[in-house]
Amino acid sequence: MQVELSAAEGRALLTRLLGGKLPDAHGRFGPFGGCYAPEALMPALARLEAGVKQYLHDPKFVAELGKELEQWAGRPTPLTPARGLSKRWGAEVYLKREDLAHTGAHKINNALGQAMLAKRLGAERVIAETGAGQHGVATAAACARVGIPCIVYMGAIDIVRQAPNVDRMAQLGAEVVPVESGNRTLRAAIDEAFRDWVGDPEGSYYLLGSAVGPHPYPYLVRELQRVIGKEARRQITEVTGGLPDAVVACVGGGSNAIGLFHPFLGDEKVRLIGVEAGGRGPGLGDHSATLTNGTPGVLHGCYSMLLHDADGQVQETHSISAGLDYPGVGPEHALLDAIGRVSYTTATDDEALDALQECCVAEGLLPALESAHALAGARRWAQKNPGTRVLIGLSGRGDKDMPTLTKVIGRDPYAGNPHSEAPAR
Amino acid sequence: MKPHARISAALRDANAAGKTGLVPYITAGYPDKDLFIDTLRKIAAVADCVEVGVPFSDPMADGVTIQRASQQAIASGVSLRWILQQLEAAGDLGVPIILMSYLNPLLVFGYEQLADACLHSGVCGFIVPDLPLEEGDDFRAALDGCDLALIQLVTPATPPERMKILCAASKGFVYAVTIRGITGGAKALPAEVPAYLDGVRAIAEIPVCAGFGIRSAEQVASLGRHADGVIVGSALVEQLEAGNDPTDFLTALR
Repeated sequence: MQVELSAAEGRALLTRLLGGKLPDAHGRFGPFGGCYAPEALMPALARLEAGVKQYLHDPKFVAELGKELEQWAGRPTPLTPARGLSKRWGAEVYLKREDLAHTGAHKINNALGQAMLAKRLGAERVIAETGAGQHGVATAAACARVGIPCIVYMGAIDIVRQAPNVDRMAQLGAEVVPVESGNRTLRAAIDEAFRDWVGDPEGSYYLLGSAVGPHPYPYLVRELQRVIGKEARRQITEVTGGLPDAVVACVGGGSNAIGLFHPFLGDEKVRLIGVEAGGRGPGLGDHSATLTNGTPGVLHGCYSMLLHDADGQVQETHSISAGLDYPGVGPEHALLDAIGRVSYTTATDDEALDALQECCVAEGLLPALESAHALAGARRWAQKNPGTRVLIGLSGRGDKDMPTLTKVIGRDPYAGNPHSEAPAR
Repeated sequence: MKPHARISAALRDANAAGKTGLVPYITAGYPDKDLFIDTLRKIAAVADCVEVGVPFSDPMADGVTIQRASQQAIASGVSLRWILQQLEAAGDLGVPIILMSYLNPLLVFGYEQLADACLHSGVCGFIVPDLPLEEGDDFRAALDGCDLALIQLVTPATPPERMKILCAASKGFVYAVTIRGITGGAKALPAEVPAYLDGVRAIAEIPVCAGFGIRSAEQVASLGRHADGVIVGSALVEQLEAGNDPTDFLTALR
């Protein structure tokens, strides 16, 4: 059950995508996407779609969101020339610094935009799910700013591995509900958020955090995250006088990647590379590399690539980074993969850890474990293509990962780090 | 009789005998895989149709009871293929069987092969909680080819225009969800349920069955005045979990 697209179909779909015609009227990105939601949510999704049409490109809403992004969320985020990594990799490396956006990741772009939309639509409460906790923190902050109560569902396993973010959400006034059902990570948290929404489709707004879910979420999230790529494209052109040879981002559900890639889709010469979580290896259950290893299926309201077995049961996934630990992927990525516009590759847990440590010592930046996958993929590409210009989406900062890092690497920052030169002790 | 018409006829027959149609739900192979067909026979003896749940890893419209049942059934090796094999081997159970499944197991099985397999297994129709009307064309076409029902759900939040479209598209019966929420919820049904059900019944040309949150004989009696049948799911699954005989529980419901 594979989706086969001919070269001609692929070109036609890319033209439609570049022309702003995708998703189509049925919420489809070619064969992918759609709206596979319980009947109880169909009226709410129709209202959301109408709200998106009414406000998302309304000049007044755009201006207000732009102002909040600037004055409250700290945009535009800088583009940093990565001098240390450039020297090490023999390439010209730039980092798009989403870690410097308010709450420490790109998630705030989407959370703020949707919270403002929820307010416009008269929502009484906001529901959100979170994996790494970054979307939960961003949603809690945005809801506090906008003035709507907020409930965040978070898998019990993620609560342990991303403990600092749980306390941040609570401080920001959100109610964090541990999810003990299912696999107790992001996937179960999304199931639970949907269940909550089914119970109150009129009063609640579901603030979905990635470019997944039923239409119009993949479109809405992409539009709100496009700001990353728009800024980055302008910044790198200003600094270097040209475009990058490659743009690299990590892909879980795929919101930061779609936001970074989208403004570059029409630049034929720019290679776009998405890096999925290779985890412990290619065995089923050992990774979360959906595009690399998955087949088409329906989960959480959309038809996309999926990690599932021969009976259609969704499989357990693994990644050292909670934010990439998800068996599905956004439908637009599935299309970009099928038509070959974006190349998807993987980085293992170890490669990500290695890249994280290298970035710390070479750049003085602690990236999120998610972003470290992009660094690992970029390093591999740069070393194969010496002298090229590489733009990397540094989607978030790694403070939240300290419990994991301490556990995995230990307290000695130099232990097991082949890239650092430990001072004499 | 066409498979989808068997479902409607079973409910009409119950009504003609002065009873509210009874449609129990069980998660296939739960709590004991080996007792699946035995349990099904017991239930079929007192029911008008039986809804058999295909366990799915991510049942996003279900409450804790069916989540737990699904998870355990999957762990014990229950799959759509296994369910169809068991049903085929069991032969005619005397009542129409309806499979309740999330879409992904059906999609992976293949719609055409599935419709074909149903004809050999006594399966007369499907309830697919994550397949709204708009996305159902492919699956409906495969089922139509074998005269199998694709039962549509309506909810208290369904707008009037959409209600008409869904009732017209449904086959077998119309599944009227009684509460705002997931399965296995509220102990008390909202006060507006009778008026809502009357409204659905006024539009639908096929029987209307009320489901979600139905647990007691009192509820069955009062809903029976406003619906042609009732679906009892989580409450029955909890009885089976506790090791109780389903016959006693279901008989006491009406």
